[in-house]
Amino acid sequence: MKVAVNQPVQIEVEHIARVEGHGNIKIRVEDGQLIECSWEVVETPRFFEKMFQGLSIEAAPLLAARVCGICSISHALASVRAIERGLGVEIPAMAKSVRLLAKHAETLQSHALHLFFLVAPDLLGVGSVIPLMKTHPELIEIATRIKRYANEASDLFAGRTSHPMVFKIGGTTQRPRKSQLLSLREDLAETAPYLWDALEAFKDINLPDFERETEYVSLGGNGDYPFIGGDLVSSDGVRKSEDEYRAMTNEYMVDHSTSKFAKLSRASFAVGALSRFNNNFEGLHPIAKEVAQELGLQSRIDNPYFHNLAQLVECFHVLYESKELIDELIDSPDYEVATAYEIRACEGVSAIEAPRGILYHYYQINKQGLIERADCVIPTGQNHANIQHDLEALVTQMTAEGREESEISLSAQMLVRAYDPCISCSVH
Amino acid sequence: MKYLGIELPKPKVAVFGFTGCEGCQLQLANNEQNLKDLFELVEVVDFRLISSDKLGGYDIAFVEGSITTDSDVEALKAIRAQAKLLVATGACACLGGVNNLRERFPLPDAVAEVYGEHKIESGQVRRVADVVPADIELPGCPISKLEFEWLVRQLVMGVEPQFPRYPVCVECKQRINTCVMDMGILCLGPITRAGCNAVCPRNRAGCWGCRGPSEEANYESLVEILREHGFSEAHIAERVSFFNAFSGNQVLPVLE
Repeated sequence: MKVAVNQPVQIEVEHIARVEGHGNIKIRVEDGQLIECSWEVVETPRFFEKMFQGLSIEAAPLLAARVCGICSISHALASVRAIERGLGVEIPAMAKSVRLLAKHAETLQSHALHLFFLVAPDLLGVGSVIPLMKTHPELIEIATRIKRYANEASDLFAGRTSHPMVFKIGGTTQRPRKSQLLSLREDLAETAPYLWDALEAFKDINLPDFERETEYVSLGGNGDYPFIGGDLVSSDGVRKSEDEYRAMTNEYMVDHSTSKFAKLSRASFAVGALSRFNNNFEGLHPIAKEVAQELGLQSRIDNPYFHNLAQLVECFHVLYESKELIDELIDSPDYEVATAYEIRACEGVSAIEAPRGILYHYYQINKQGLIERADCVIPTGQNHANIQHDLEALVTQMTAEGREESEISLSAQMLVRAYDPCISCSVH
Repeated sequence: MKYLGIELPKPKVAVFGFTGCEGCQLQLANNEQNLKDLFELVEVVDFRLISSDKLGGYDIAFVEGSITTDSDVEALKAIRAQAKLLVATGACACLGGVNNLRERFPLPDAVAEVYGEHKIESGQVRRVADVVPADIELPGCPISKLEFEWLVRQLVMGVEPQFPRYPVCVECKQRINTCVMDMGILCLGPITRAGCNAVCPRNRAGCWGCRGPSEEANYESLVEILREHGFSEAHIAERVSFFNAFSGNQVLPVLE
C-alpha cells in the first residue's frame, strides 16, 4: 500500500526474533531522507580466542563446537582440521567421507530449521511455526521428516546433533557399522520425496523484489561444490590459499557491535548459500542443478532474499551427495579410522563452509601440544557489513516507493533473517 | 489435555538465552516429531529463537546460558520475579560451563586479546544460581532433548523430577559398551551424573563431565584409576576443569 512519500518512519526492533542470538534494527526516515539505519549486534562476548589459550589440542575441537549450537559440526571440523594441517597429518579416506557426511547432515539440519521454522512463518503471515502446526500440518510433516533424517545422520556421523565428539585429531573415533549405514540409506530414500514436496511448497513463494550487487566469497570449486578446505575465492576475482585467510577477511571493529565486521574488495561482501551458489554453481549435484532450474535460478543472483532458495537448492545437493557417499562407505573395505600423529610446535588454518558461509579457525600450537593463540573468523561476522549496506539500500528503495512503516519493518526483518545470521557465533 | 480422565494444567512456558551458544534452546525445538505433542502439554508464550510472538505472562521459564553482564543480571531478576518455576537449562546456566575457561585469565586480558583497545561490556562468568535461586537444574552440554521432554511431563503431571544420582558408568554398562579407559581414553564417567545415555563413551570419546557430579562421587578412586591408566596430572586437571563441573574442584585437591 502506498502512502504520502514524506511520512516519517521510525523503526526499532530490539532482539529480532527467529534468528540465532541478539541483534537490533534501528531505522529512522524523515522528509524522505534516511537519517539512521543500523544493524546492531548486541550479543555478549564469550572471548573464545582467550578461552582456547593453554588448552591441549585434544580439547580444542570440543571447545570450538561450543562457539555455536547450530553449526557446532562446522566449528569442530574447522578446529580439528586446522590442527591437522599444522601438524601435517593426512587423515584416512574413510574419516574424510565420515566428516563430509557429518557436514552435509549439519547443512541439511540447519537449512531445514531456517527455511521451515524461521522463514516460513514470514511467508505465511504468522509469528512462529507454532500456529502452522494447526493450519499447515503438511508443511510441518515435510519439515519434521527432513529434520529427522538430518538428525539421525548427525547422530551417526558426528555422535549427536549438537556438539560432536567423534572428530579426533587424525580422523574419527570409529567407523559407522554397516547395519547403521544400511538403515540410514533406507531412511534417506524415504526422506527424499519430502524434500521434493518442500520444493513444491517453496516454488511459488513471493520474495521481496530487491537487488543489490555485492561481492560473494566462498571456497573455490574446481568443478565441484566444496565444503571442507581448498582455495578461497571471491566473485570480484580474488583467489587466495587457506593460509592467507586474514587477507580475505580484513576484520575490523565498529562501535555498535560486539562482533567484528569484515571487508575485501569493496565496503562489504557476502558469504553463505547464495555466495556458494553464485561462485560454484557448476559444481552442484546434477539433481540440485535441476532443482535450481525449476526454481528459475541461474547464477548469478543479487537479491539477498534468495539466500533462502539457494539454501533449498543446497538441501538437494547435500542429500543426493550423501546418498552417494553412504553407498561408497557401505562397500568400502577401508577400516582405518585415524592416523597417528606427533606433537610439534606449529601453526594451522582451516576453512570450512559452515551452513551460513565460510568459517576459519587458526591455531598456534607449542611443542607441548598446547594452544598458544587462536583466531576464529565467523561467517555471520563477515556478513554483518553486507546486511548493513543491504538494509540502507532496502529502506531507501521502499521509502522512495512510499511503503508503509509496517511493511518496511517486516521487509527489513526478513532481510536480516534471509542471511540466517548466527549472532552469538559471530561474537563468540 | 486429559490424562486418566483428569484435566491437566497447561502451563505457560518461556525460553530465554543469555551468554551461550543457543545449542540448548535448539535442542528444545529439535525433536520435531514430538513437538506437536509438546505444544499440547504447554503453551509457549515467549521463545525468541523460533517465534516473534510475545504473549505475556509465563509460569515456567527455561533459562539458558551463563550470566556475564549487569544487563543480564537485571533481565534474569525480572524473569525470576515473574516465573513460578525457573529451570536453569544446560551446562552454561547450571555450572558456568566452558565460559568459565575465560576465568583463568583477568577480564582485561581477554578483552585486549579479542578486541584490542575497543571497549566491551562484560563481567564475571556466573551460574544462574549465583544470581537468583534456580528451582531445577537441567544438566548437559547440550541438554538431552529426551530428558527435557521427560522433565516437562513431570512438571505438567505435578511430579517432582528426580534426576539420576548414579554415574554415567551405570548407563554405559547397561549398554554393554567396552570401557573406553581400557582403550586408553580418559573418561570422567565414574564421577559424572548419568542421564545422557553415555553418549560420549558410546562414541568412544570419553566423558568430559558436562552434567556435573553424580551423588557421592569417589574422587580418590577416580584419580587412582586414571593414574593407573597412565594419564598425566595435567591431562586430568584439564578434563575436570573443562565444564567447571567439579567446582570447588573436588578432584584437583586429590591430585595435589
